[in-house]
Amino acid sequence: MRLIISSVSGEPIYEQIKTQIRSAVLSGELEAGEALPSLRKLAKELRVSVLTITRAYSELADEGVVRNIQGKGTFVMPKGNDVMKAQLARRVRKGLGDVVAAAKAAGIPPAELHAILDETYATQDAAGDRDGR
Amino acid sequence: MVLDALSGSTPFALSVNGVSKQYDSGFRLDDITFDLPAGYIMGLIGPNGAGKSTLIKLILNMVRRDAGGIEVLGLDNIADEERVKEQLGVVFDSGYFVEVWTVNKVEQAMRGLYATWNHRRFEQYCKRFGLDRRKKVKELSRGMLMKLMLAVALSHDARLLILDEPTSGLDVLSRDELMDILHEYIEDGEHTVLFSTHITSDLESAADFITYITHGRLYFTGPKDEFLDAFRVVKGGLADLDETLRAKAVGIHRYETGFDALLRVEDVKALAGDRRPQLLVEPAGIDDIIRLTNVRKGNAR
Repeated sequence: MRLIISSVSGEPIYEQIKTQIRSAVLSGELEAGEALPSLRKLAKELRVSVLTITRAYSELADEGVVRNIQGKGTFVMPKGNDVMKAQLARRVRKGLGDVVAAAKAAGIPPAELHAILDETYATQDAAGDRDGR
Repeated sequence: MVLDALSGSTPFALSVNGVSKQYDSGFRLDDITFDLPAGYIMGLIGPNGAGKSTLIKLILNMVRRDAGGIEVLGLDNIADEERVKEQLGVVFDSGYFVEVWTVNKVEQAMRGLYATWNHRRFEQYCKRFGLDRRKKVKELSRGMLMKLMLAVALSHDARLLILDEPTSGLDVLSRDELMDILHEYIEDGEHTVLFSTHITSDLESAADFITYITHGRLYFTGPKDEFLDAFRVVKGGLADLDETLRAKAVGIHRYETGFDALLRVEDVKALAGDRRPQLLVEPAGIDDIIRLTNVRKGNAR
């Protein structure tokens, strides 16, 4: 898995790690049941603090992306699990909220918006990696 | 939530409890309390003269405390001093070896000092660091001297490593190498590092915990992220620096064409309610916090 840290993006490091692991899981690059690198090994490799990785992993666990098994490690959850579905649905709604606001500002009526949505949906890969943003 | 994982079974590698020390010069280290869980890196920060080195000397029992208690790996640092020292490694900003000793002679001396001395490991570190065993201590560069102290600390199986300003005067390569070694050192979760420095870029990424002392008092101790998340730097023109802002600011630095001020996050949120689009709000770095908590409020230049 590719995992890189930007030191100028302004985004907290744990967020950067979360985003990259989440996309790797959603794109299928990381498969269900696969183990993430151990906390301390990853902290060493990326030269960040152990607590930073701990935070990234535990928040990913809250989202249902991974699961921590005490003493064994952190494992990728099946993509369609309920917690994750709910999280993803929330993100879709949030994204659509922005879209609707923009459409209203531009005076685009619902029917036209539906058409745009259908068109966009069709042109994007099923595995599209822009995960709802 | 992060700390939930720690509060359970993780033992403390270091517990400092209400420690005070008064010097004849008038300097006082006052009622310092913090815990460092085993398996993590803690940065000890503060301006020069804040009491960082005094605190380290108290932990090593090189100076006697007036009050409070210190436990190293669960042992009292005075009552169990011998056993504590066996498990402690120290790296100072200047050497503590006899200047005319060679590296070989240093090893001989350390061997006698530590029952757990590991000759092979010392040999490995000398190779890795490019330490010439025939060289005298006084012939070593700053970087090499630091590496010699580090090699000694790591070769007697120290479980707690205490470094006092180890990176001052080191070039970027040596600092980089040191940070790599510290990350390796704590990887197994049983080794712990307390690291005092004023070069905060070393800590910005590596430290799990921060203990910040200034004017002999504890200002903050806890996870580094909480420390950084607690503050914001607010910048603006001098006209924007009104009564409310001045009252809320922890510290303000004014200059000819503007100001920057350190504010607590909750106060920044309250200000945002007043809508002040002309103000620039930025995350605070460790340096910003040290700098702006040490200017006199309101009238600093």
